[in-house]
Amino acid sequence: MENVQKESVPILEMLGITIRFPGVLANDNVDLELFPGEVLALLGENGAGKSTLMNVLAGLYRADSGRILIKGKEVEINSPKDAMALGIGMVHQNFKLVETMTVAENVILGLDSEDFILDLKKVGNRIREISDHYNLKVDPGAMIWQMSVGEQQRVEILKLIYRGAEVLILDEPTAVLTPQEAKDLNRIVKQMTSEGKSAIFITHKMDEVMEFSDWVRVLQKGRLVSVVKTKDTSPKDLSRMMVGREVLFRIEKEPSVPGEVVLKVENVVAMNDKGLKALKGISFSIRKGEILGIAGVAGNGQRELTEVITGLHKVVSGKIIIENTDMTNKSPLEIIKSGVSHIPSDRVAMGIVGDMSVANNLAMKEYRKEPLTKYGILHPKRIFTMAKKMITAFMIATPSPLTNVKFLSGGNIQKTILAREIGACSSLLVAAYPARGLDVGATESVRNEMIAERDNGRAVLLVSEDLDELMSVSDRIAVMNGGHIMGIVDADKSDIAGLGMMMAGVPLEELK
Amino acid sequence: MRFVFEKRNTVSKKAFVLVPLVAFLVSLFLTGILLVVFKANPFVTYGSMFVGAFGSWVNFTETLVKAIPLMLTGIGVGLAFRLKFWNIGAEGQLVFGGVTATWVALFWTPFLPVWMVLPIALLFGSIAGALWAAIPGVLKVSLKVDETLVSLMLNYVAILIAQGLYYGAWIDPKGMGFPGTMMFPKSAWLPRFSGRAHVGLFVAVLLGFIMWFVLNRTKWGFEVKMVGQNPKAAKVMGVKIGKTVLSAILISGAFSGLAGAFEVTAISHRLQQGLAMGYGYTAIIVAWMAQLNPIASIFVAVLMAGLLVGGDQVQMMMGLPSAMGIVLQGMILFPMLAGSLFTDYKLKIISKESPEASV
Repeated sequence: MENVQKESVPILEMLGITIRFPGVLANDNVDLELFPGEVLALLGENGAGKSTLMNVLAGLYRADSGRILIKGKEVEINSPKDAMALGIGMVHQNFKLVETMTVAENVILGLDSEDFILDLKKVGNRIREISDHYNLKVDPGAMIWQMSVGEQQRVEILKLIYRGAEVLILDEPTAVLTPQEAKDLNRIVKQMTSEGKSAIFITHKMDEVMEFSDWVRVLQKGRLVSVVKTKDTSPKDLSRMMVGREVLFRIEKEPSVPGEVVLKVENVVAMNDKGLKALKGISFSIRKGEILGIAGVAGNGQRELTEVITGLHKVVSGKIIIENTDMTNKSPLEIIKSGVSHIPSDRVAMGIVGDMSVANNLAMKEYRKEPLTKYGILHPKRIFTMAKKMITAFMIATPSPLTNVKFLSGGNIQKTILAREIGACSSLLVAAYPARGLDVGATESVRNEMIAERDNGRAVLLVSEDLDELMSVSDRIAVMNGGHIMGIVDADKSDIAGLGMMMAGVPLEELK
Repeated sequence: MRFVFEKRNTVSKKAFVLVPLVAFLVSLFLTGILLVVFKANPFVTYGSMFVGAFGSWVNFTETLVKAIPLMLTGIGVGLAFRLKFWNIGAEGQLVFGGVTATWVALFWTPFLPVWMVLPIALLFGSIAGALWAAIPGVLKVSLKVDETLVSLMLNYVAILIAQGLYYGAWIDPKGMGFPGTMMFPKSAWLPRFSGRAHVGLFVAVLLGFIMWFVLNRTKWGFEVKMVGQNPKAAKVMGVKIGKTVLSAILISGAFSGLAGAFEVTAISHRLQQGLAMGYGYTAIIVAWMAQLNPIASIFVAVLMAGLLVGGDQVQMMMGLPSAMGIVLQGMILFPMLAGSLFTDYKLKIISKESPEASV
């Protein structure tokens, strides 16, 4: 048990890790340090870059810059195999098990060290040994598809121990577990760390952090914002670090002058892609010259809400009325023609066609109409001229209007979408997470465009996870939880605590 | 030292042109090895293939004869490929088009004005090809049935229908049992301009340019690009995905159907064995080598046709199997697919000792 004492050399160090994805800066100069026998919690909101950082360690992504040191020695991790050889193993949120195979077969899958002719008996014995040692209760001959989620997770852990993992990365491990199973997981991890192994937890649950970890590193929008010892902190402090309460910059805006109702949503019920109820009777309205913010933890029906309004998703019951016309379950094209614009949540997957030029992407709403097209024939020159104007107006940084849009940075991709959508908008702008993953400058310009649209007499629906953004940009805020609206409050009278309670499922009436 | 592929920041235009050329050279080299195994001199063989295909006007007209169906089917499948609809059923669409044109030529002539027989035969041939392609198309759009299998299987169905007809119901009663229909009336013959080369050539070339214009200069072409490259975004932007995909598939099939109609009205003047020559499969190579560009498809089709004709020549002159031309065609596809990696990626060399040194 001599390993238990803290060695002076960290088992793992990550220095200045930066990762760019098309459209976002996923990790921005992040450092990480882990000593043997320690449990580190990586805390952060959705999209803060926790999983991305760990995927670099697991060999799934390559960092654009930064260094990784194992036991003080610089290493390069190019594949999960490299990572495993260095003693790093990751249990992903979606388990990587072959359901139709047994535990033993899954454990040795892809291992070079096994003999050509498999000795599954020997493998089984070794699995039983590990299982008994950590009390994992895993039968090597059992089929994966017959196991519960908790059991499958233990197989994943066993797989990593079998392969000699020294550092265990667990991506939101308790999200799928019952409280009892979660406790059991905690026990297993504790036992492993007492033997000198280390673990990294990805999570956004406070209580878990307090219970499991020795150290906490908080990520916010891809940046490391704080490093604290668990015993020196509290869930309250952690949540403040995670959300980043302090407003980074103030938005200047006049009070809104709401006009007549543009969008009226009446008792809308809709299913999600899995056929479960995602919207359970939503009602609200937005007036001209008003921004309604939608707050909530991701996955509480926001996506479905934006999609039923834009016609991408079917409504089961209820009504959507846009400028006094019933637009329930109309096609996306009909809704576009009624002047509704949409800034989709996943800007690269839904907002642009990467292999087409910036100019063409800017024309993707207006190309149907004169003067860009006549008798079905496009006018490339007119598209080019229009694109040039928009590029100047929205300060889109692109080498040329003819550059394929996928080569632009995230902020400029978003500006391209904004330019197009705002240009085509005449009644309602539906914006889902418009500033997510953008740098400060781009964020500011996106927010100012929202307000400018409002001042131009449009109604704006702004979905965001960022409470600061919602409080500074919108006029009213509706909070969603579990497919319901918990309450709608005036933005200038709202406070983070109250919004947070509603996000957690407490209706507005009960707050007072 | 290791090699790593890194995504390029811009699409390489140079690679776009170079890849097909290099792929062709690589396939010449690989087939050359095979020729050496057959104890033939690759240079002499390629030389006589070239002479056989392009060496004289007569030979060249034969190359053009084969290039016409390759142009049409190549442009057709290329359009479907743009929408990631893997139509490998051009062969069946061609045959079904040929069968339908035959039906018009054989049975409608008495009821039509003389000048109308040929246009109607060609039109119906095209429609038949479109309908044959619509089967996998509708299944894919409505039920998400895999189009590769359906379109491939329908090739055999079409070929067997054709056989059933020229061996059975439509067999020429004066043909002494020889499988094939009666000769078409002269009014259903597509004019030839030299040797067997027929006016279908001008139609095919014209259609190639029209297709380029439609893809690059029309609203519909714009939508095809959007749906082909990012259907999700296209949907958000209000494009009707199913309608766009289906219309492109119908046009894709119509091109092959027209190719079949040309074959029966211009070349054989009857429906008989030899309509299913494999043009529909070679079309796949044509489309890829032309990188789905319809104008490039015209030239690639001539090259591929040259390989077919040249292959026949080396069989006659050098006693090599005529399949050599087809081997060469097949060989192109591998380096072509491998090479297309370079349009989006570049090769990066990393030395393991000093990761910093990699550029």
